[in-house]
Amino acid sequence: MDRLAFLLATGLARGAIFALFALSLVLIWRAARIINFAQGAMALVATYLAFAVTGLTGSYAAGLAAGVLGGAAMGFAVERGLMRHAPHRSPLAGIIIAIGLVMVLQSLLGIFFGPQYRPMAAPFDEAPIFIGGVPLLSPYDLFVLVVALAVMGLLALLFTRTSLGLQLRASAFAPEVSRLLGVRVDRMVTIGWMLSAAVAALAALLLIPTELGLNPHSTDILFVYAFTVAVVGGLDSPIGALLGGLTVGVVMSLVTGYLGSTVAPIGVLVLLVVVLLVKPGGVFSMRQARTA
Amino acid sequence: MNGALSFHDLTVGYGGEPVLHEVSFALEPGEIVALLGANGAGKTTLLRALAGFVRPLGGGIRLDGDDLARLSPEDRARRGIAQVPEGRSVVAELTVDENLRLGALWRHRGRARETAIAQIYDLFEPLARRRSADGHQLSGGERQMLALGRALVSRPRVLTLDEPSLGLAPLVVAQLMATLRDAAARDDMTVLLAEQNITSALSIADRGVVLDLGRVVADAAASTLADDTALRHAYLGF
Repeated sequence: MDRLAFLLATGLARGAIFALFALSLVLIWRAARIINFAQGAMALVATYLAFAVTGLTGSYAAGLAAGVLGGAAMGFAVERGLMRHAPHRSPLAGIIIAIGLVMVLQSLLGIFFGPQYRPMAAPFDEAPIFIGGVPLLSPYDLFVLVVALAVMGLLALLFTRTSLGLQLRASAFAPEVSRLLGVRVDRMVTIGWMLSAAVAALAALLLIPTELGLNPHSTDILFVYAFTVAVVGGLDSPIGALLGGLTVGVVMSLVTGYLGSTVAPIGVLVLLVVVLLVKPGGVFSMRQARTA
Repeated sequence: MNGALSFHDLTVGYGGEPVLHEVSFALEPGEIVALLGANGAGKTTLLRALAGFVRPLGGGIRLDGDDLARLSPEDRARRGIAQVPEGRSVVAELTVDENLRLGALWRHRGRARETAIAQIYDLFEPLARRRSADGHQLSGGERQMLALGRALVSRPRVLTLDEPSLGLAPLVVAQLMATLRDAAARDDMTVLLAEQNITSALSIADRGVVLDLGRVVADAAASTLADDTALRHAYLGF
């Protein structure tokens, strides 16, 4: 029972990060109708930037800020420099560009930082706190959980309560009508990419110190899990990303705890297959009939 | 800030094949002009060229003397050209209130925005009762009201409507036309009303322009057109 509580708590903390990264995929999907396969590599570049800045300044906060801002800058550069110029007729062009970008970014990181694992310290203690004799979350896990949920809450407020959020949603749902109403849709797509890339960078920054370790391929597995989460939740649905992320986090944690860590990725892929068979649009997919 | 709109030898086509051939006509500030013609006459193409979605092959469009050629669709909207496109232009995923807000964004800030939106609710009472309903929950008539309200909330200089009567009951159409006429008179707005429903369009228009296969074949006072049976038979099919 103690073990179950521990696994559930850890699963929720990890799941919050998967949810955050999946949410970043949902943001781009809604803004630009592209599944950004380069999201992991872009977030990794931001993480290396944070690593370098923390190394120079000795401040975790400075590194975190640099990483998130660097992520937003990557989003801006990739959208304006590459994706905007991809032909829109076929979704394949954007996907191939993104996969090419993954290879370029990972090679560049390898050239500049080397293929070895870099030590990246967490800012808080990683040993779990005991509550009533039961080991639960570590202070770092709590930090991760709070940051991830706070960012998701802020994004929800941005999208539902502000004029910018209204324009972002309108541009995603009905670009042509939005332009007729004076909304600068191109700018909204860029902002969508920047937001998304910054959120992905944050997720990578939170997960790498304790789980993945920093090397040029460390976000590959995060992307696979987050992609699964996004598909399971429905690519159009932020709520789906949140609940899907928490579900996948808990499933992984339980499978790892009871069956071993090598089985965990299989457990996630089985979940993906089951959802695709039962509800191909995702559990929280929006209604199919678009009328606008 | 007058709203004088003019088309000069406007030629528009898709893939190099012209759909509109050297179309020229002008709207005086505050005038309501009905753009008439059968399906495929080029009415929607003309409105899309005005919006900036299709680039003319020749000729141009001017608003109060300024050539619009280099302006993007969003900049044309911000110059005061509001369009109610054909069909269900309401953003179905947004609520009634959000749709109106979207229309008001670039024009009004803060309290002025709330006032402008409140005025639209006064004008269209059924919308006020459904302000938090999603666009896809509305009836056809409510959608057309919302699309018109969303255009009016930006206080446009020029308002265009593409087949607003399509699929609506005659009584609803009559109400819509009356509201449109009143709003145009109150705000001194220039209106270009593309319609196949000639009777309802001419009932509120000052003037009518008839398109046939992409050319202007008649440009006359609304009363003259309404009485010209030969013209109606030839181009408008009744």
